Amino acid sequence: MKEGVARFWREIPQRYNFLGNVCSSCDRVFFPPREACPFCRRKSMGKMKEQYLSGHGEVISYTVIHVGPEDFEEQVPYPVAIIQLDEGPRITGQIVDCDPDDVKIGMKVESTFRKIQQDGCSGAIYYGYKFLKSHNSNK
Amino acid sequence: MRDVAVIGVGLTKFGELWDRSFRQLIAEAGSKAILDAGIEGKDIDALYIGSMSSGRFVDQEHVGALVAEVSGFSHLHIPATRVEGACASGGLAVREGFLSIASGMNDIVIVGGIEKMNDVGGTAATETLATAADQEWEAFFGATFPGIYAMIATRHMHEYGTTREDLAHVAVKNHANGALNPYAQYQSPISLESVLRATMVAYPLGLMDCSPVSDGAASIVLCAADKAKKYTDKLVRIAASGQASDTLALHGRRDICTLDATVHASRMAYKQAKVTPKDIDFAEVHDCFTIAEICAIEDLGIVEKGQGGKAVQQGITTLNGSFPVNTSGGLKAKGHPVGATGVAQVVEATLQLRGDAGKRQVPDAKRGMAHNVGGSGATCVVHILEAM
Repeated sequence: MKEGVARFWREIPQRYNFLGNVCSSCDRVFFPPREACPFCRRKSMGKMKEQYLSGHGEVISYTVIHVGPEDFEEQVPYPVAIIQLDEGPRITGQIVDCDPDDVKIGMKVESTFRKIQQDGCSGAIYYGYKFLKSHNSNK
Repeated sequence: MRDVAVIGVGLTKFGELWDRSFRQLIAEAGSKAILDAGIEGKDIDALYIGSMSSGRFVDQEHVGALVAEVSGFSHLHIPATRVEGACASGGLAVREGFLSIASGMNDIVIVGGIEKMNDVGGTAATETLATAADQEWEAFFGATFPGIYAMIATRHMHEYGTTREDLAHVAVKNHANGALNPYAQYQSPISLESVLRATMVAYPLGLMDCSPVSDGAASIVLCAADKAKKYTDKLVRIAASGQASDTLALHGRRDICTLDATVHASRMAYKQAKVTPKDIDFAEVHDCFTIAEICAIEDLGIVEKGQGGKAVQQGITTLNGSFPVNTSGGLKAKGHPVGATGVAQVVEATLQLRGDAGKRQVPDAKRGMAHNVGGSGATCVVHILEAM
């Protein structure tokens, strides 16, 4: 499934950049960026503006994966969370560099750029965002 | 719209059926339904088949025509259509069959659902199920399908004080029901301790909070109600069919622990049938994970939001409770061959309403509900069935 050439040259810049967009009609922020705002629909067409996001947010929910997919087997147990970014959008990502038991709902986090998975030992490496407990967070 | 009745049902045993093929399973379920209905192949106007991922599980797409062929209908050239909506594929196939008769287009339709999941290994099966989630924005980052439901559970526990014990009670109840169902994958009761002590899959969900990987098929025959008397005296009418959608990714939803698609599909169904949850006697709900049953009974309006865990703990949803849920054993114990599940739920509801549910019969069951979910709640289909 992963060897298709098109998938590589049609990469997904938002995985590396936290580049979302904002609807200039209602000011809602989206990540990943949308072609149109689902609330304003036709009013938003052509009026979606790119916006970089801070990568800072808060844990809304989480799990600790003990049985992982093949590409993640070496990482178990690893926490995965739904994070609400400060600008509004919610995303799913791993929480790293902490004890899985320390992850809590409400914990402040910030993004970090990491390797996500790899096709075998000599295949393409996929990069993207993961999250760290915020340095200035006491939670 | 015309009234639509279920006039025949058929099921295969659910389980790890190493000696049975995709083709054998669907042919068995279909022929049982046809015999049960007392119709012949030539009476059938159309066929709908629900299958989530025959391509990945048995390396075969184009299964609409294939199912018609293995059922012996090739020479009849009936329209045969495959329907896909992840784990809700079966329920959607039932709805397509229902709509095609209600619209007046067809008089008799056969609906099937199938998945043959054990022909690939456990890892491949799990990864195929994960395609029901958002591959680019959830699975890519390491979220597994149990992991996504686990995040629903964590949030539910945080907001409503639901406990791992509450979740475990769902599994214990459904295994107790499965023990009364000769078609179930698991037919033995389990203890609360064994659920709580099982290997962790994705905290807070352990192995016994998860439905199994299953092979199996289910089938029903639908008929325009005014023509159904010719075939059966025990008429069961589909009083309503509701369907709704939501974002594929859990993180895109309004609320992490409410399946809005269930809320909308069920409200659509209640309105159509002109009933409220109080008028329903029992339900087959989509318990792919224990937390899913707790959310289902809340989002269907059977109990108040947040009270699902308590309701299960109090025994309201047991076979002898005031609102029996998953009398068949549910996905948890009966098994979850994903494409078959939505059809098998309608089979169970029909058996209950005909009074043919054997040891797990709900006394005086007059109206039941079938609730089928795709992914973590991006698709939901709800049917209400009534004894006529």
